[in-house]
Amino acid sequence: MEYEVVIGCEVHVELKTKTKIFCSCPTDFGGEPNTHVCPVCLGLPGTLPVLNKKVLEYAIKAGLAMNCEIAHFSKFDRKNYFYPDLTKAYQISQFDLPICKNGYIDIETSEGKKKIGITRIHMEEDAGKLVHQGATITTSAGSLADYNRAGVPLIEIVSEPDMRSAEDVLAFLTNLKAIIEYTGVSDARMEQGSLRCDVNLSLRPAGQKEFGTRAEIKNLNSFRAVERVIKYEIDRQTDILESGGKVVQETRTWDDGKGMTFSLRSKEDSDEYRYFPDPDLTPIIVTDAYIEELRASLPELPQVKRARMIEEDGLPEYDAGVITASKALADFYDGVRAHYDDAKKISNWIMVELLAKVNAEGMELEAVKIQPEQMAALLKLVDSGDISGKIAKKVFAEMFATGKDPADIIKEQGLVQISDEDALKEMVSHVVEANPKSVEDYKAGKTKAMGFLVGQIMKQSRGQANPAVINKLLAEKLDSM
Amino acid sequence: MTLSRLTIHELHDLLVSKEISATELVQEHLDRIQALDGNVKSYITVTGDLARKQAKAVDAKLAAGETIGMLAGIPMAVKDNMCTEGIPTTCASRMLEGFKPQYSATVVEKLKAEDFVMLGKVNMDEFAMGSTTENSAFFATQNPWNADCVPGGSSGGSAASVAADLAVYSLGSDTGGSIRQPASFCGIVGLKPTYGAVSRFGLIAFASSLDQIGPLAKDVTDTALILNAITGYDKKDSTSADYNYPDYTAALTGDVKGMRIGLPKEYLGEGIDPDVEAQVRAAAAKLEELGAHVEECSLPYTRYAMPAYYLIAPAEASSNLGRYDGVRYGLRAPAEDVAGMFCDTRKKGFGPEVKRRIMLGTYALSSGYYDAYYLKALKVRNLIKQDYDRAFEQYDCLITPTAPTTALRKGNNQDPLALYKSDICTIPTNLAGIPGLSLPYGTDRNGMPIGVQLSGKAFAEPALLRAAYALEQNTNLTRLKPNQGKGL
Repeated sequence: MEYEVVIGCEVHVELKTKTKIFCSCPTDFGGEPNTHVCPVCLGLPGTLPVLNKKVLEYAIKAGLAMNCEIAHFSKFDRKNYFYPDLTKAYQISQFDLPICKNGYIDIETSEGKKKIGITRIHMEEDAGKLVHQGATITTSAGSLADYNRAGVPLIEIVSEPDMRSAEDVLAFLTNLKAIIEYTGVSDARMEQGSLRCDVNLSLRPAGQKEFGTRAEIKNLNSFRAVERVIKYEIDRQTDILESGGKVVQETRTWDDGKGMTFSLRSKEDSDEYRYFPDPDLTPIIVTDAYIEELRASLPELPQVKRARMIEEDGLPEYDAGVITASKALADFYDGVRAHYDDAKKISNWIMVELLAKVNAEGMELEAVKIQPEQMAALLKLVDSGDISGKIAKKVFAEMFATGKDPADIIKEQGLVQISDEDALKEMVSHVVEANPKSVEDYKAGKTKAMGFLVGQIMKQSRGQANPAVINKLLAEKLDSM
Repeated sequence: MTLSRLTIHELHDLLVSKEISATELVQEHLDRIQALDGNVKSYITVTGDLARKQAKAVDAKLAAGETIGMLAGIPMAVKDNMCTEGIPTTCASRMLEGFKPQYSATVVEKLKAEDFVMLGKVNMDEFAMGSTTENSAFFATQNPWNADCVPGGSSGGSAASVAADLAVYSLGSDTGGSIRQPASFCGIVGLKPTYGAVSRFGLIAFASSLDQIGPLAKDVTDTALILNAITGYDKKDSTSADYNYPDYTAALTGDVKGMRIGLPKEYLGEGIDPDVEAQVRAAAAKLEELGAHVEECSLPYTRYAMPAYYLIAPAEASSNLGRYDGVRYGLRAPAEDVAGMFCDTRKKGFGPEVKRRIMLGTYALSSGYYDAYYLKALKVRNLIKQDYDRAFEQYDCLITPTAPTTALRKGNNQDPLALYKSDICTIPTNLAGIPGLSLPYGTDRNGMPIGVQLSGKAFAEPALLRAAYALEQNTNLTRLKPNQGKGL
């Protein structure tokens, strides 16, 4: 039978506030275990939470950037369950009145444009981290608890089940990540765990309206894992349905090494959170004026920026898509663009040279040492003929490594292009004399020999000779022989 | 040994006039605790060295000619559910035996700023759940008026210590009557302030939306003085009220002319001891005689207050007490695995009443029951608030019994439902978040003290103090002492 895949996502994003959601402990990563803690985030008896207003601001900004309605009246609830990483035996979260709802994100795939609905966005606190002495909590001889992450602010973004393929999901996550990054509310780095994704996936016979039974796969921390999980789950659920079985509604976990999902708990066991309004926190009242103030403070979002690059700068859609997927990259582009006019050239350098280096080094774009002004200067040096394109790549590599100005690198390493005819004439003569065979070949009509001779001259000039000038001089020389 | 019989304002005058020293005063109290608390059993922890040190500092200020505050150098006691930095804070539970907080409750910090002298931490029902102080995991406290009676609860240690002159005043907490009912049973003044008037930071939570800290004192003036020191907005407590708190002693005029006082009929008659009812009516008559307008009124939803309370309070408690899991502090029962550790720790650490309420609350919040129980209780709570709103359009305060009876006998309080009724007159004010004051007003046929309760709208503490002070000034029924010494 033909099945249709239905996928919805729950994405947890760690907010980039300086302090935790209900106390003033720092949210910084790293730090010795249990050093970023205080009586409040440790949930010690008698302590009380006080909302960090920045968290509310960031959640609303994220909501506005995803076209959500912002609730004028919202509240915090307690999600009760026992686990050693949870200091109060409840997580402060939002249940029936989330801060944002009914939004969407635009995506573009090979199938065309599509809107993915955002059901809701709510605020909550992160839990601590357990370090098991054995493989898992059940086989461990003991576990150590680190509460540095306890109380770090999160937003949970819940999508509608609007996605139909891994491609949809990846496009959705890419855009969501970019939007979050642009608004500045989070670094949204999956590898550091500041963006985590749960995937809800079900199958239904093609054409059927009702959804099938879904499985929820928790805590995926890379795009690749998301892609693999979706492929795996589609196969697993298809096999079950094909063999006449029933998919069980459950929470599953992904084992990246084995490339498989495993059942964690069935839905019946996990549903009992005894949510109720947290009596320690007062309702959250948000005014229209505040919402509008935040809306006005939003930066240009990826979709808008992308359209601008295509329409105003004439970039191909693909280029604009790649560059706007990352805020750092788009900012870099804009920086260069402010000093240099040829958009396509900038895009080529970013997509080919810059991304290749960044990916090869496995580094963050934020750590790139080259300033946009320096990049513009390099492109101008090529245009003016001061250096060749080939030398420019060499200079770029040096700029990437050291952050130095291109002009300084060229000066220090003597890389200025030689266009001076007198200086080059000598080199031309020398090479022609040293290669009589090639000259003969050329005279006999083998034009290939010309290329060989140019190569030899370039070699002698250590690549600094201006190829156009060489070509001209060499042709003159050979024709005069 | 007579200093310990005096009130804050009397002792303050003696300190300022240098007729006595704070050191002398604290020593008399410590000696008295040494001599008598073996019987009364009001203290869980006595902090003698700290108290002497604090007293010495006050004496130094006096010697240096500095002005001191009204509470400076006055020995007092703190209920053992308020955190005191470096001093054991147990909630009278095995679960927190030996727990020493790294911080003090905001109220304790505020009193510290007033140069208070803390004698120690006093007994209570475990996690403030109970009406007799018999639910303390450590020992029961006795009523200073009669050794066969309970002091009430849950702030039984707070009430007994003051009634037995083992502290000049004390702090208690009140979730459903836990300050007022023991104050009534022990013949002293107890006030539950408006919800939000006193910071809850550092008060170990029982039911967060109902808990409120307040004073237990020997007279109305002392109550106002303590209120001056402990009320105020606290940014560490989101439910704390940002309000322009008055000087409460300004209400102590003795003049009740023109005050409008309601006598709700639901609080009289069936279920109320006739001696208690007689004293409530007598107090109302006295106020009328002093120029107030008194009339009978009705709060029709009163009878639903108790069932609503016994859903809301346990629901919040079931969540608040989840953190006692043996992982981070307090008791840990060794077990094979994590789930076993959670279960055994909670099995050993909590007493039967705490377990009962955790189970009640867990049930009330469970999916499928939430709407029928917890949500319905919240709706009832709203109706009760509306009852009061309507009443306070007509009255400045209401007068009722504090408890249906005088102090209960010790040892036969096993029927939880019968016991829950002991709070029937006090619970509605907690649900509405309004203030309630219990004033001693005479005794019953057995010579046990009777309390009358005055309640008012939010932040109407001055009205309650005004009426109570007038009764105190115009009768000899409010400053009672357990003279017979039956309980001492």
